[in-house]
Amino acid sequence: MKRSFRIISIYTADVSGVCSALYELGGMVVIHDPSGCNSTYNTHDETRWYDQDSLIFISGLSQIDAIMGNDDKLIHDVVTAARELRPRFIALVRSPIPYMNGTDFEGIARLIETETGIPTFFIPTNGMHDYVIGAGEALAEIARRFVLPSSEKMVRSVNLLGVTPLDFAGKGSVDSLHRILEEGGWTVRSCWAMGDDLDALAQAGTAQVNLVVSSVGLAAAKVLRERFGTPYVVGTPIGAFTDVLMSALERAAGTGENEVSCIDRPQFPDGKTVTLIGEPVTMGSLASAIAQEYRCNAKVLCPLELHDGLLAPGDLVIEGEEGAEAALQRAEIVVADPIYRLICPEGVEFHDLPHEAFSGRCYQKTMKNLMELFH
Amino acid sequence: MLKRIQTPVTTEGAVIPVSQASYPAPFASELEFNAPVHGTWNIVHIGMLVPEAQQIYVCAANCMRGVILTAAEMNASDRFSYVILEEQDLVEGTVEEITIEGVADVIEKLPRHPRAVMLFTVCLHHFLGCDIPHIYEQLRGRFPDIDFCECYMDPIMQKGGLTPDQKLRRSMYQLLRPRPAKEKTVTLLGSDFAIDQTGDLAVLLRENGYELRQITECDTYEDFLALAEAELFLSVYPAARYGAAENAKRLGRAHLYLPQCFGYEEISAHLNLLSDALHLPAFDAEAGVAAAEAALAETKTLVGDAPIAIDGTVHPRPLGLARLLLEHGFRVKAVYLDAISGEEKDDFHWLQHNAPELLLRATIQVKARVLPRGGGEKVLAVGQKAAWFENTPYFVNMVQGAGLWGFDGICRLCALMRQAFLEEKNTEDLVPRKGLGCESCV
Repeated sequence: MKRSFRIISIYTADVSGVCSALYELGGMVVIHDPSGCNSTYNTHDETRWYDQDSLIFISGLSQIDAIMGNDDKLIHDVVTAARELRPRFIALVRSPIPYMNGTDFEGIARLIETETGIPTFFIPTNGMHDYVIGAGEALAEIARRFVLPSSEKMVRSVNLLGVTPLDFAGKGSVDSLHRILEEGGWTVRSCWAMGDDLDALAQAGTAQVNLVVSSVGLAAAKVLRERFGTPYVVGTPIGAFTDVLMSALERAAGTGENEVSCIDRPQFPDGKTVTLIGEPVTMGSLASAIAQEYRCNAKVLCPLELHDGLLAPGDLVIEGEEGAEAALQRAEIVVADPIYRLICPEGVEFHDLPHEAFSGRCYQKTMKNLMELFH
Repeated sequence: MLKRIQTPVTTEGAVIPVSQASYPAPFASELEFNAPVHGTWNIVHIGMLVPEAQQIYVCAANCMRGVILTAAEMNASDRFSYVILEEQDLVEGTVEEITIEGVADVIEKLPRHPRAVMLFTVCLHHFLGCDIPHIYEQLRGRFPDIDFCECYMDPIMQKGGLTPDQKLRRSMYQLLRPRPAKEKTVTLLGSDFAIDQTGDLAVLLRENGYELRQITECDTYEDFLALAEAELFLSVYPAARYGAAENAKRLGRAHLYLPQCFGYEEISAHLNLLSDALHLPAFDAEAGVAAAEAALAETKTLVGDAPIAIDGTVHPRPLGLARLLLEHGFRVKAVYLDAISGEEKDDFHWLQHNAPELLLRATIQVKARVLPRGGGEKVLAVGQKAAWFENTPYFVNMVQGAGLWGFDGICRLCALMRQAFLEEKNTEDLVPRKGLGCESCV
């Protein structure tokens, strides 16, 4: 059964994804949940919680309020907190029980916005999807609501879309992304969403191209395309693949056409195949880099929901532990989070690549900066 | 580098002098913050105390992740499995079916059948009106060699009833089957930490020829089942009381609740209750009191007038501890808690009258996120949350009262305070780790 798991972990879910994406933007995120969502998020999905304040709270939903449909308490509590803390925006996030009982979050958001004057919106999570969906939709909502109208483009400027610690937990990752782009002659207009605040993101409409460095950034890229006509390129600048990506950025700036570069991967007639498991854009980019650097085949096993158009020929979508275990039976060399070792056949050459969105902080001390893997 | 939100807020609603505080809820129930302090045990840690048992959870992905990684961080992934619920289960009414088939599938995938399965159903099962007895009937029928333990991860119920923690401390001991009583054997139920062998309770039992059995000392499932052989059951931890009493009744034995506390009279009363139950002579508290007084005096000499902050995770009786320290001249400036336990009502009222300026500080109120943490003064924190909120490296790294009990417990806590006052700890490294006392790969 694909939904039963004997031993491996599960990916960060949509609720935590929203929190991670919005963490540094000065808003207030309220998870309508009895207990546990906030603790799970800040313990296992959020590396910044200890050192960096962010207004992320749960509602403490009780059984009686859920049964009686007492939304007034949620509204009152959010309004009270917002008046004290004065966030830039309020994001409402849904856990499984309010999803099941059909709480009207759109209406609640309108009421809160009317009462507080603070932009308030709902991200339709339910705790049953992975982080890419939640984080992606959160960034897309920022793109819809907060990016200022702009008719002018800043030449050779780029927004980095889809940067959260869930995929970029390695030390210095954000600095590396900036450095690589700047060395390629690009100015980073904004980084969604680490290291920049809401005001920086509001200027994103002036960028010439958007670079989607993880699938988390794809939904926002589509919104920015629609609003500002900005083309996007999908890929992460890793190793030898960086040159491919830079060329794609140049082309996109010139043609205005989108490109999914992370599926641009050389194929070789024989030799061993390297199998990577994880988020399709970062792992696809790494697979391309490995293929170029080592002149071998590389393929991606994608355990996440958002993969349409992001996988190269030969890549596989895997469902659950059973799917992963079956796919790994044929693997020769594996690059993946160390937890996958638990279901990997003996004799496979396994290279650890801890992924925050899978193993949380279990391997935080050995977390790698993807952009510096080949240095 | 610490990045703080600069929004200026008042302390109103998050900090209150004890004299003005309401009992039992000094702070309004509103949105909740969760501090990066995780040393207290959760249901995964507690469940792992049952040897040779497999925990299987059935819930949505978001709720699942916290418990999976709790097991992973304590290097116990091989004893933790799960089944994921999806939207279609809610719509199609297949939650019972997926629970039964999923759990059965997990069991068949395990290298061998576990002696016991601790199956955790969740809020969704409850709200959908799932037939929980049917689920267990089916599973017990399919796997007659496995003991199934009915566990819950349903925090939505905890504001109006028992917490998942309390329910688990009942459920796990429901695995015990009636056995003939073994003379001079006493079993402690529901504690995560072994009672210290130097604690007055353990000493009293040992000196009178009694064997004290505790789950923390069980290596095998057979050891665990043998806990049922006690002629008397004890519990000392508040969350254990309900389950211990129920299980003692089910097994036809007496139960005594002898909570960890700080009042000399209360400690003596508990020891006399135990003595009476075992037909032993009355307990003489004189030596214990003298030892506690000496320990407190030694600690006061060292700590002097340095401010002390206590939190509610360090011990079930934070106000009792504050009272004890204040009675002995210490400068207790704050107690971090979010509710006042019924067991602390007397201590609360004592503090209202005798230490009216003592501050009660909320830990989950939203302002707890942004209010200043710590100042220039050296603060001795008793507990992990107090350490984080006071931003101090001088803290007693303990949760849930650990194994402290009685006058000896006071002496041991004083020793920990003295050590904490002299030696800096790495707060950022220690307090985010889950389940203090368990293995941690972090």
